[in-house]
Amino acid sequence: MDILNAFVTLLNFVIIPATAYGAQLALGALGVTLIYGILRFSNFAHGDTMAFGTMVVILCTWGLQGAGITLGPLPTALLALPVGIAITGLLVIGTDRAVYRFYRAKKAKPVIFVIASLGVMFIMNGIVRFIIGVDDQRFADGERFIISARTFRDMTGLEEGLAFRTSQGLTIVVAIIAVVLLFWFLNRTRTGKSMRAFSDNEDLALLSGINPERVVMITWLIVAALATTAGTLYGLDKSFKAFTYFQLLLPIFAAAIVGGLGNPVGAILGGFLIAFSEVGVTYAFRKVVEYLAPGDWQPEGLLQLLSTDYKFAVSFAILLIVLLFRPTGIMKGKSV
Amino acid sequence: MAPAKRVDTRAILLFAFVACLFVGTGVLQSWNTTLSIFNMALVGAIMALGVNMQWGYAGLFNVGVMGFVALGGLAAVLVSMDPVDEAWAAGGLQILLALVLGAATIVLAILAYARLAAGPLRTLAMLVILIGGFFLFRAVFDPAVARVEAVNPASTGYLGGLGLPVILAWPMGGVLAAGAAWLIGKTALGLRSDYLAIATLGIAEIIIAVMKNEDWLARGVKNVTTIPRPVPYEVDLQQSQWFIDLADRLGADVITFSSIFVKLCYASLFIVVLLALIWLSEKAWNSPWGRMMRAIRDNEVSASAMGKDVKARHLQVFVLGSAVIGMAGAMMTTLDSQLVPGTYQPLRFTFLVWVMVIVGGSGNNWGAVLGGFLIWWLWIQVEPLGALLMQGITAGMDADSWLRAHLLDSVAHMRLLTMGLILLLVLRFSPRGLIPER
Repeated sequence: MDILNAFVTLLNFVIIPATAYGAQLALGALGVTLIYGILRFSNFAHGDTMAFGTMVVILCTWGLQGAGITLGPLPTALLALPVGIAITGLLVIGTDRAVYRFYRAKKAKPVIFVIASLGVMFIMNGIVRFIIGVDDQRFADGERFIISARTFRDMTGLEEGLAFRTSQGLTIVVAIIAVVLLFWFLNRTRTGKSMRAFSDNEDLALLSGINPERVVMITWLIVAALATTAGTLYGLDKSFKAFTYFQLLLPIFAAAIVGGLGNPVGAILGGFLIAFSEVGVTYAFRKVVEYLAPGDWQPEGLLQLLSTDYKFAVSFAILLIVLLFRPTGIMKGKSV
Repeated sequence: MAPAKRVDTRAILLFAFVACLFVGTGVLQSWNTTLSIFNMALVGAIMALGVNMQWGYAGLFNVGVMGFVALGGLAAVLVSMDPVDEAWAAGGLQILLALVLGAATIVLAILAYARLAAGPLRTLAMLVILIGGFFLFRAVFDPAVARVEAVNPASTGYLGGLGLPVILAWPMGGVLAAGAAWLIGKTALGLRSDYLAIATLGIAEIIIAVMKNEDWLARGVKNVTTIPRPVPYEVDLQQSQWFIDLADRLGADVITFSSIFVKLCYASLFIVVLLALIWLSEKAWNSPWGRMMRAIRDNEVSASAMGKDVKARHLQVFVLGSAVIGMAGAMMTTLDSQLVPGTYQPLRFTFLVWVMVIVGGSGNNWGAVLGGFLIWWLWIQVEPLGALLMQGITAGMDADSWLRAHLLDSVAHMRLLTMGLILLLVLRFSPRGLIPER
């Protein structure tokens, strides 16, 4: 029984939260990696794109709730998601037209794009704060739990409860659907193939008649969809706050780089690697060990490797170690 | 041979314009306000000089400015606060021992990595050294920290500083930041520009995380207040006869004048530092060293073919620029006379400095300084200007309309929008900045 209890504790506090967080990071990192692969720069505005998309979803959710439309046990935000994606898509394509296209035509260095993305980051952050403010916004509704700790205890008779929240389950399901769709698109459709061709060898792709502006536009649309989805799932799982989304930039970049920039499989791998390390290193394993240890022996400390405030430090340390030993990430990424 | 001196009318006009902004603020709002903005602008200009060394001279993209600023702030505490003897007795030496153990672990791991042949043996040795070292470090470190933080946590709970004059913290901040920059540079400068940017962003976050959590070091989020000042206190001035006489002769109110006087003292100290740094930067820029840096920046491959050690030069200029930023950080904490780790935010301390450099003119020291003054002035004044604008827009609206209230409330967020817009406009229409590189 004790082994089961230990496992349930681990599942409850480490495996489920890390999987949900990893899926959110992976979706974010996929966006970063696509921009890097096609447009060839690191987009610092990605966190704020996520925030913008989520904000639209939140406003739309409130509108739907106000009109009395809900999804029953599921969060209403799912209904609002397509609207969020569409409006974010318009925003990023507009941004591309107004900002990046000019530098693309001039064949500016990647670092100029990065600095321009800093400007875009400022503006998007400003817009989000302007419209929805800086406060914490909660917009999750519907059933809170798929399995609540109490039901689980009653069902199994174990000492430890297991809570599986709707937002966590939803995150995992939606992330799987999004990734499957993305890979189907990249590998099976003509447009997807032309995007990959463009990413692999720009000149060759141009030569074979691929329209670069179209590729860029579709990339931005996909990025908008991924960013809005990732942001909404994160917001449902935790809460929405403009500043938190800006801070997500670091783990997202870390995930994309660790996996290998420009490599979609790597982005997913990186997302989960970063999430599991963050949660694992900052979790206090005391309870798990108590169950596993023989007799009544109890560990002295909390058995926590680092305090939770060092979350970002963990993702960064992994990033640095990977960069030192494999400069282009675990799966071979691009280096322009 | 030194290049012929040219009078740059454009630069002079721009500086005159910025001066008008500050004087105008003084006339229309108050001299106290304008001096507060001016002092922070001086600090901002020094930060911009540091970033300009890295970006303008060498093309290094550092988005970890905040981390170096924070290290400078830490230096102000470590140098000027009085040591807490009780805390030292409780576990100060043990903490130092733990830090030495931690450093030894890393050095040992690096040595093992370099000496042993690649293979499972090396991996195993590295793991044993790193994991063993980590647990050893924590075993020595944790109890000592607990004892130190238990010493009168309401007012101390940390080791304190050296009790030296706070001015010494300025060079010390530079040294701390330079040390950190050296470590970062050693590991990350080989990366391409985007990766370097992300690496520096991460390091800055780590520095802030450490400063927020390691209470034994600088009280963490409990903040260190009442850092000693290098200039007189207002209260003392208001009670000295010579000062009252001086205020009388100028026909000023003693209390207002004391506050202005203190700000002027800070301003003169900062101006001395700024002028010295500009002089040094200009010397460096016009020296063979400066030409070499630009050659490396403009074409790394050919510079390296000419026998220039690109990596070593990059490391050098990265360390120098970071030292300048660290010094500015220490100056800022001195000006605030408190260290509040929670206030270090990347938008304010990294990206705003970048806007200063890009707008002012990258690759031009005077440009960076101008950018520092202009952008800092805007950063402060956008709010009142925005409020004015919003009042104009909302004037025709219903007094209790929902939109009107929202618009008036959101003035506070106009700053980011404006800064982003300025950055994008300058980058597009005047990519070399207001005072371009010569």
